[in-house]
Amino acid sequence: MGTNKFIRSVRLRESACQGCINCIKYCPTQAIRVHNGKAHIIDKFCIDCGRCIRYCPHHAKIPVYDPLSVINNFKYTVALPAPSLYAQYNNLTNVDIVLNALLKLGFDDVYEVSAAAELVSEASRSYIRQHMDEAPFISSACPSVIRLIRVKFPALISRLLPIKAPVEVAAEIARARAIKKTGLKPEEIGIIFISPCPSKVSYAKAPLGIEKSNIDNVVAIKDVYPLLLPHMKHDESQLKPLSHSGRIGIGWSNAGGEAGGLLADSYLAADGIVNILRVLEELEDEKLHGLTFVELNACSGGCVGGTLTVENAYIAMAKTKRLTKYQPVSKSHLDDTPEIRNIYWADDIEYEPVFRLGNTFKESLKMMSDVEKLTARFPGLDCGSCGAPTCQTLAEDIVRGEATPNDCIYVLRSNIADLSQKIESLTQGEKAGKPLSEEEDEMLHKYIKKLTTELASFGVPGNLRQPR
Amino acid sequence: MGDQLIFTYVIDGNDFTRAGEASSSVKNKLKMLGVGSDVIRKTAIAMYEGEINMVIHADGGTITVTISDTDITMVLADTGPGIPDIDQAMQEGFSTAREEVRSLGFGAGMGLPNMKRYSDEMHIDTVIGQGTTITMKVNL
Repeated sequence: MGTNKFIRSVRLRESACQGCINCIKYCPTQAIRVHNGKAHIIDKFCIDCGRCIRYCPHHAKIPVYDPLSVINNFKYTVALPAPSLYAQYNNLTNVDIVLNALLKLGFDDVYEVSAAAELVSEASRSYIRQHMDEAPFISSACPSVIRLIRVKFPALISRLLPIKAPVEVAAEIARARAIKKTGLKPEEIGIIFISPCPSKVSYAKAPLGIEKSNIDNVVAIKDVYPLLLPHMKHDESQLKPLSHSGRIGIGWSNAGGEAGGLLADSYLAADGIVNILRVLEELEDEKLHGLTFVELNACSGGCVGGTLTVENAYIAMAKTKRLTKYQPVSKSHLDDTPEIRNIYWADDIEYEPVFRLGNTFKESLKMMSDVEKLTARFPGLDCGSCGAPTCQTLAEDIVRGEATPNDCIYVLRSNIADLSQKIESLTQGEKAGKPLSEEEDEMLHKYIKKLTTELASFGVPGNLRQPR
Repeated sequence: MGDQLIFTYVIDGNDFTRAGEASSSVKNKLKMLGVGSDVIRKTAIAMYEGEINMVIHADGGTITVTISDTDITMVLADTGPGIPDIDQAMQEGFSTAREEVRSLGFGAGMGLPNMKRYSDEMHIDTVIGQGTTITMKVNL
């Protein structure tokens, strides 16, 4: 694999970063540090969940995605709208209004991700039925969930449903149909996903469970949403019938939608990265019983809560429900879709032990013992001033060679207090009229030098720095 | 004897919602040490069951976990009522848990059997009226 498996689609806009501690505190995998007044994301710890994008008060964390102009790079383009796109619009009664508008916007064809989702639901139902003894299965549609399990929950990797995500299935079908219809070469056709989240941007470049994705570019719902508005014609007689998805497919945009498509009762659907972490912990400990399926969405509300959407996630959920109310259960079926030759994963997901301290168990044991000793020295306030989210993570960073104890302002303060005291006691004699011996004078200079070095070693926020 | 790490956890006897915190902490440490997922799973389940037992029957206690390069040893010590008949207590489904505990989904009589199943060695020291110390070992 030539691609970077720890690729991420969150970027730091350095000029906007104030070096505050919001992102390091909110990051669920403790993947961010602040050093020299700027945030740094540690690639291998990042699962691309987008929580820092949501919480950065200075908008210094920005999602990476493609501009809509990518449609000019191809002879023929197919738009793959995520079902969460529909949930952005008020009073939408017919999905065809959005799909027709996409054609007017410049796409040559559309294939709904929600249509492919119905195929994934169908495949999931039959897979789970055939492998009931290995249940519960965990949904594999959210790339951030897979990436979280890959680095933190090795025992749960085998529980991931080994089925391609709806957008991948949609891309495969869309390309096959476009080739058949136009006779163009595969590379002349652009398969462009209109996505609710940047996690899918990373997925398209470094897919999970397969070698290469059929998605060429990923554009943001928030970019496409306003451009479609002028093209949306509500006169139904003018609309080409393009939609092939029903309640199950469109319902995938909401948390609980995928589980609903399984038509089974014994499932759990959790959304929001903090909640899914708790569910995964309990699943790992085998504390949850009687489940056949566990749906997990990194974003609260499900895909409608993605960072590339515009509508409030909970309003969007309600809109999805209203839109699907009078829809048939399902409109797409595997039997009618010969283009999809294999809906299952071709590759296994492998455990990436990125949080391991050392290279060997013995080395890790020694390092953990050092971490414990260091942690005991710190005040346990988890204040974040050192740039690490907790005292424990600072200790881990020190042991990994990426920080020093003086990064802790309390350790620094006590070192300074100690040095000041030494200086004080040396100079006290001098005040009483007794001159310093040459040796004492040398020591005094040494202490003062050490004091200034210690003070200089600690980063001071720019606006507090004194003019020289 | 190589290096070893020792962690001590005080288990609160009054709080069911907190039971599992100690085993969860050990689980995360084992992941940072790069221990295999099967060993992590066995240790976490055996320790969690022990933790719950201490809360249900003994008003809490202390768990000492020693990690060496050959095994993980968990010593669960309490000053509870003791176990009158160990053979009976080891039977699956046998439980002396109170009704209100069972209504919370605990006390199904699987605690000790699971501790034995998931550990590679288990030893019970118990004195009626004085307390119980259970030592479990999971080999690396």
